[in-house]
Amino acid sequence: MTLNMMMKIVEKSILADTSGVKIVRLEVFFPSVAQKIKPGQFVVVMAAQEGERIPLTVVDKDIAKGTIILIVQEAGFTTRLIGKLNPGDSFYALLGPLGQATPIKRYGKVVLVGGGVGIAEIYPVAKALKEAGNQVEIIVGAKERDLLILERELKAASDRFFVATDNGSYGQRGFTTDILKELLLKKDEKYDLVYAVGPIPMMEKVSLITKDIGIKAIVCLNALMVDGTGMCGCCRVSIGGKTKFSCIDGPDFDAHLVDWQELEARNRIYQEKEKHICNLYKSND
Amino acid sequence: MTKEAIKAKELSPLKRIGNFQEVTLAYGEEEALEEAKRCLQCKNPVCISGCPVEIDIKKFIYQITQEDYKGAYFTIKEKNNFASICGRICPAEYQCRKTCVLTKTGEPFASPEAINIHFLERFAGDYGIEHNLQPTVNRISNTVTLGPKPEIPKVVVVGSGPAGLCCAGELARCGIKVVIFESLHKPGGVLRYGIPIFRLPQDVLEAEIDYLKTLGVEIVTNIVIGRAKSLEELRREFSAVFLGLGAGVPYFLNIKGENLCNIYSANEFLTRVNLMGAYKFPEFHTPVNIGKKIIVIGGGNTAMDAARVALRLQKMNKKKPDVRIFYRRSEVEMPARRLEIVHAKEEGLKFEFLVQPIEFKGNSKGWLGKIKSLRCKLGELDSSGRRRPVALPGSKFNMACDMAIIAVGLGANKILTSVTRELEVDKWGDIIVNSVTMETSIKGVFAGGDIVGGEGTVIEAMSMAKKGARSIIKYLSS
Repeated sequence: MTLNMMMKIVEKSILADTSGVKIVRLEVFFPSVAQKIKPGQFVVVMAAQEGERIPLTVVDKDIAKGTIILIVQEAGFTTRLIGKLNPGDSFYALLGPLGQATPIKRYGKVVLVGGGVGIAEIYPVAKALKEAGNQVEIIVGAKERDLLILERELKAASDRFFVATDNGSYGQRGFTTDILKELLLKKDEKYDLVYAVGPIPMMEKVSLITKDIGIKAIVCLNALMVDGTGMCGCCRVSIGGKTKFSCIDGPDFDAHLVDWQELEARNRIYQEKEKHICNLYKSND
Repeated sequence: MTKEAIKAKELSPLKRIGNFQEVTLAYGEEEALEEAKRCLQCKNPVCISGCPVEIDIKKFIYQITQEDYKGAYFTIKEKNNFASICGRICPAEYQCRKTCVLTKTGEPFASPEAINIHFLERFAGDYGIEHNLQPTVNRISNTVTLGPKPEIPKVVVVGSGPAGLCCAGELARCGIKVVIFESLHKPGGVLRYGIPIFRLPQDVLEAEIDYLKTLGVEIVTNIVIGRAKSLEELRREFSAVFLGLGAGVPYFLNIKGENLCNIYSANEFLTRVNLMGAYKFPEFHTPVNIGKKIIVIGGGNTAMDAARVALRLQKMNKKKPDVRIFYRRSEVEMPARRLEIVHAKEEGLKFEFLVQPIEFKGNSKGWLGKIKSLRCKLGELDSSGRRRPVALPGSKFNMACDMAIIAVGLGANKILTSVTRELEVDKWGDIIVNSVTMETSIKGVFAGGDIVGGEGTVIEAMSMAKKGARSIIKYLSS
């Protein structure tokens, strides 16, 4: 339990690596976070001394081993840098647990929607909701079958499990939101809560569908962050016309109150810089 | 008639806005001697009453005149562990220099004739660092019986900003074992993420923090108290707790359009640049945007820092420097250090006084395009003793800008207090303490700095921390 063990990666596996999309699973030693983390909470990490601070949802934990599980889709410069870390390497910084935990109680019948890397993020919430005695249904969506992660775990955490793929290579061809709409509109089905994590267009669609039908929906927002402790306001979002900080007030919010256009715009603030640094390091590789 | 004050040399404005080098240069030995000799060595040294930690200014300046720089260093260290930091960033013109007898009565700030106490403090502090001078530890703890938990006479300090560092230093110098918990990946708090390196170079901050480590202080970064550990756990593991949480959460203006792209809080902008090294992007990976026309809203030190960082980033990115301060009062009411205002003006910062923004307007893609504001006049005195700005009807005007930085103050971070119900806070979320002992509503838990009574200066935070440290020693001995 020495300090130099902290933040060390003890295990790594590649969950998916196809069509230019790579998803990595890291098991990281950090007992205090493992002990305290709750579903819906996240950590902020730095891959290197000169690195960025980015938030990552904690997908699972092993209190006995003192480890947490992080799942990262290599999408930008920093996530690719994290993907290069190997067992024995350490994060330069790791802080948590951050954010408000998802309120876990007995809602009744709950459907969770996960798209892309959001699939990993709904897992801890699904598991906790199931343990709390809810009827849990899960809809996950991926571009293709090989990008579908955590299928076994999610099936175990749910009573019903649905898959949508863009190309129809597995489950239903189309979007998670198509399946969601079908489920919610069935006459004999009554749902009490929808929980969604994924790309902004997906979460926005979930919001529209549930608002129309009149079902409560919670989304976990992916705003940009720096410190993750409320110090900078980089992650501010408009919720029902009021400014909230994703890091301390969220990351979960009432889907029907989110200003999606603003979130989408703010998440593109550094698009140009991101392109620049990616190209630069690509040419150095 | 006394001689004219010795000015510290500075980098020329044109040269310095192209980089992040320290603006004010140190006194050389001759300059220090000459300035020290101007001190009248008053029988009743009123300057000391202007220092929140009551440094024996008369004595250390006298020691400088005697070329006893080591002595001067130790004289300051008796009251202040961080001479090189405070010598650089204390608003001396409101404090020791204002009470110096050479300041003309009735002046709002120190007169130019007042002794440059801060430059001399910096001279002595830097001398100590350069010569690796180490004050001895007065082991108070050896002479007192430590209770109520003698087996663990360890104190935990939460937060490594000015208050936390100062409290840790005071305790460590009394031979008490101290652990500091810091949530960021580097210690220093606002000294690290807030104050730009052209005012407080990293190596100076490092040296002052290293000094604490040589005293045996342990600093643990990447741990957020209230989450990774509760206050309850700290109380079980340690004999006493000091909370130096800081004023962590930036205020916004609460006006329309505030979340448009390229509107930053000063905290975010400065954190990206100072802590994360965004001025060295892409070598450092954290980005920061830099506009062609930048407006900084606010009139305090943070506003000055943000504006001067912005000027530098424009210059370094081959943009024509164009940064403007919007402040709702006039220059004399600005809370910023006068020297920062002077430096900022020299560097080309523009000022728009008596304006109050009422709306941010953006383009169709959600990026900032202009600020709509009202002109103001000064009205009655308010609770801060300054004249209240009153908006003039029909004075609306727009100013184009593609980036704005909001520096209108900070509030309490509630991460710890919101989960610790027994810890009493006021309506702003600041921790309530006994003003004599700095003890909170929980026995054995003390607090100081900006989390008590809101935003203040570094040295005011240190003054509270010293008080807290004295009470902790008393508490441990009882």
